[in-house]
Order: sequence, then C-alpha cells, then structure tokens
Amino acid sequence: MDALRPYAAAFSSRFLLMMQYRAAALAGFFTQCWFGAVHLMVIAAFYLGAPDAAAASPISLSQAITYTWLAQGLLAVMPWIGDPEIADGVRTGSISYDRLRPVDAYALWYVRAAGWMTARLLPRVALMILAAGLILPLIGQSQWAWQPPASLSAALLFALSETLAIALACAIIMLINIVVVATMNARGVNILMQPLVVIFTGNLLPLALYPDAMRIALFVQPFAGTLDIPNRIYFGALTGQMAWVGIGLQVFWTVLFIALGRLWLARVMRRLEVQGG
Amino acid sequence: MNALALLGRYFGASMRSQMQYPASALMLTTGQLAATAIEIVSIWALFDRFGAVKGWSFGEVMFFYALIGISFSFADFLTRGFDVFGSDFVRTGAFDRLLLRPRSAALQLVGHDFRISRFGRFFQAAIILIIATGSLHFVWTPQAVLLALWTIAGGIAFFSALFVLQAVMAFWTVESLEAVNALTYGGVYAGQFPLSLYARWFRTFLIFIVPLACVAYFPVLAILGRSDPLGAPDWFLPLAPAAGFVFLALAFVAWRFGVSKYTSTGS
Repeated sequence: MDALRPYAAAFSSRFLLMMQYRAAALAGFFTQCWFGAVHLMVIAAFYLGAPDAAAASPISLSQAITYTWLAQGLLAVMPWIGDPEIADGVRTGSISYDRLRPVDAYALWYVRAAGWMTARLLPRVALMILAAGLILPLIGQSQWAWQPPASLSAALLFALSETLAIALACAIIMLINIVVVATMNARGVNILMQPLVVIFTGNLLPLALYPDAMRIALFVQPFAGTLDIPNRIYFGALTGQMAWVGIGLQVFWTVLFIALGRLWLARVMRRLEVQGG
Repeated sequence: MNALALLGRYFGASMRSQMQYPASALMLTTGQLAATAIEIVSIWALFDRFGAVKGWSFGEVMFFYALIGISFSFADFLTRGFDVFGSDFVRTGAFDRLLLRPRSAALQLVGHDFRISRFGRFFQAAIILIIATGSLHFVWTPQAVLLALWTIAGGIAFFSALFVLQAVMAFWTVESLEAVNALTYGGVYAGQFPLSLYARWFRTFLIFIVPLACVAYFPVLAILGRSDPLGAPDWFLPLAPAAGFVFLALAFVAWRFGVSKYTSTGS
C-alpha cells in the first residue's frame, strides 16, 4: 500500500485545497441554476408546443428536465479545459519538478485532476439536489423538479456509471494536459474543447433529442460517457443490456485514453522543453 | 488630446500588439467562431424534432440569435477592461495607477484592451443573419436596416452595462465575479429565444429588472413586422432599445458610487 501513498496524498491535498473556495462554489451554483432554468423553459416550450412530436420523442419532458438538472449539477465533471495547475506549471517552468519526483507523472497528474474535479463537483451537486430536488417540489413546482432515479437498480448502475464518467473525464483532461505540455500553451486547446464538450456530452441538449439518424454515432463517441450515458441510466432510458453496453463503452474509452495518454506523456516528457525561470 | 483621439491611440496600440502574433489572433478568432456557432446546432435539432414553437419558425429564432450575438460581440470587444477589472485592477492594486492619471478611469478601462478574437462571434452571428434573411425571404428596407442598427446599439449599451456592473461588484468582492456570467452569457442564451417561451416571472425580470427583452425581443418584432403576441403596443416596440441606454446610464451611476468607495488593496 505504501506505493499508493504519494498519489493518495496528492489527491487529498488538491481536494482539500479546492474545497476552500466556498464562494466560488456558491457563485457557480447560482449560475447553474439560472442556466438550468432557462434551458428548462426553452425545452418545455418545444415539448408542450408539439404534443405529437413530444410523444414520439425518445425521452419524455420530465426526463429531459431531470437530464437538464443533472447536466448543471454535474458540470464540474465536464472536461472543458486542462488542469490549470499544469498550464501554470508549463508557463512558469515548474513542471520540471514533476520530472524529478520518484513517482509516475501520469498517475500523479491524473489523481490531482481527479481531486480538482471532485472538490468542485460535490458542493455544487449537493446544493443542486437541495434546490432542484427538494425545494422545487416543496414549493409546488414538482413538474420542474429533479426526479429521483427510476429504480433502485438504476440508482446503483448510475453510481457505477457516474464513477466511470469521472474516470473518463479525467483521462480526457490528461490528454488536454499533454497537449498543453507539448504545445506550451493552454489557450488554443481549451478554446477547441469548448464546442466539442458542449455538444457531444449532451450538456447543451440531451443527445437523444438530436435527429434519430445520429443516435448511434452520438452514443458510441467518447464524450457521451461523461454525461449522457450515466444520465440515461439514471432515469431508466438505458436499462438491462443497453445499460451495460453504455458502461462497457465508458470503460473502453477510459482504458484507451489512459493507455494513449501514458504513451504520449512518456514521449513528451523525454524531450520536455522548460520555459520560465 | 481629447477623449476620442486617446481612445484611438489605445485601439491602435492594442491592435498592433495582437498583430505581433497574427497566427494566434486568427486561430483565437476562428476558435471563437466555432465555439459560438455550435450553439445553433442544438437549436436546429430542437426545431428539427418538434417543429415551430408557439408560432415561431427556425428562421425567426435565427434572427433573434444573430442580432443578440452581434450586440454582445461588440460589447465584449469594448468592455474587456471592465471584465477583468476585479482580477487585474482591484486585486493587484493597479487601479490606483489609473486614478492618478488625468483622464477618467472608465475611459482608460475601455482602452485597456480590445480583443480581436471577439470578432469570431460577430462573424458567425453575421453569417446566421444572412441565412435567416434567406430563409424568411426577408427584405431589408432602409427602415429595417436603421431599426437593426438601433437595436444593436441598444444591445451594446445593455451588455456593456452588465460588464460595468460586474466591475462595480469588484469594489466589494473580487471573488466569484463569474456569477455575472449568468446574466452576460446567460443573457445571450436567453435572448436567442422569443420572450413568449418563458414563464411570467422570467419575462418580468427580463423586461423590467435586467431589460434584455428591450434590446432583443421587442425591437426584433418591429424589424420582422410582427406584433407582440404578449400584447405590448406596436408603437413601443421600436422604442424599446432606449432602455439599454438607460440601463447603461444607471450602471455608470453605480460605477461612480463604487469609485468613491474604493480603497486600495495594493502594496
């Protein structure tokens, strides 16, 4: 177990550090409530305006509402940008220290990214459950509320799938980190990631609502595993065998991206250029 | 040197510095174009699945989308200094330097930086406007052009006011200013859709408190020659963008108050 200690320490120190930013969590929460509310009203207007198309839609309005709250509550999981600490290290040259540490650089950066992500996730998702899951029904707005999971088995599968979503998102963040290290600049790749993430995770619109012809392509692409697959398991649109196919896809992409990332980072680190001073 | 000439100098300096890296400026602009253009895909998907929404076609929604995008891109271009005011001026104490110079702080903040990349959003919005014009067979009469320019001017004033208010908040806290993003970026998103899609409380908010509807929904109705299904009188629609300027004036009142309360944090 001693071999794991440095990684556990790296995770918890980053986690505890990020947990200090309470005002940021609160501000993020308000912003996400606002965006969630606007998205809901727009989606509901489309559903309610076209009852036939709504009946034929692969997910119901109440599922789309729960999806929207999940998307806002789990926003911190989305791999928008590389780890800012790595980008900072590239700018100042301090990543050269990571070259000297007697630990595996990939694993170290991976757990640091995981700590950074989960610490931003937990307070926001807790507040969101409180607001959209408990307070909305209490003030008589339950048609707009974040519904509980479809069943106990859906809840358990969701827990597994969401854990994998975090693992997959960290693997994607690692690929971004490596691009940042190789190109020595975070801005370009971060700008490129935004449109990919916003569409292909389902953050802007549930993937099921895109034209049916695109359904399979959207299901098998890697970003679906960070949000869309766990969400659909949550409200029971993906059950039984299909749920396991979704989870299998998450595992596949995670393993593939970690393997790619490890190989690539090793190459980049061998001829690492350091700037700053 | 008068204020306008000074702004011209600031503008020239900002452009020259960004053109030192022309490839980077071009890529950032293209990146902005792609990042903002992708939103229209999700709107298209909704129309593709559900058809028209409450009597609004995709072409009309593209019209809303384009005008709000153009307004925001200019405001974002002009008010970068207010956007980074908390992090780059108050937290560091650099605002003291601005106050020592014999020109107004607001002027210097406008001149602080003009990001070329903001035109990425402008170009994509302009392209959407051309597509919307084609799909609605819309005829741009001189009157419609003038009304569109007036709407955009009001929109620029409106979004600039939000950035100024974000800077005003920085006099009290430099943390969590990104909450204002809910109104700026969230405003762009909310303004892309006709107001009649929203719940009553939200409509009231967007008309009377943060008057987004006055620089997006109402004047665009006038341009399209539709009356308001919610019952706003026809004579009001083309006048509505004036609310953007009133909002900006109020934001500057708040700004002056904030400056008068400013205490330096720098060392």
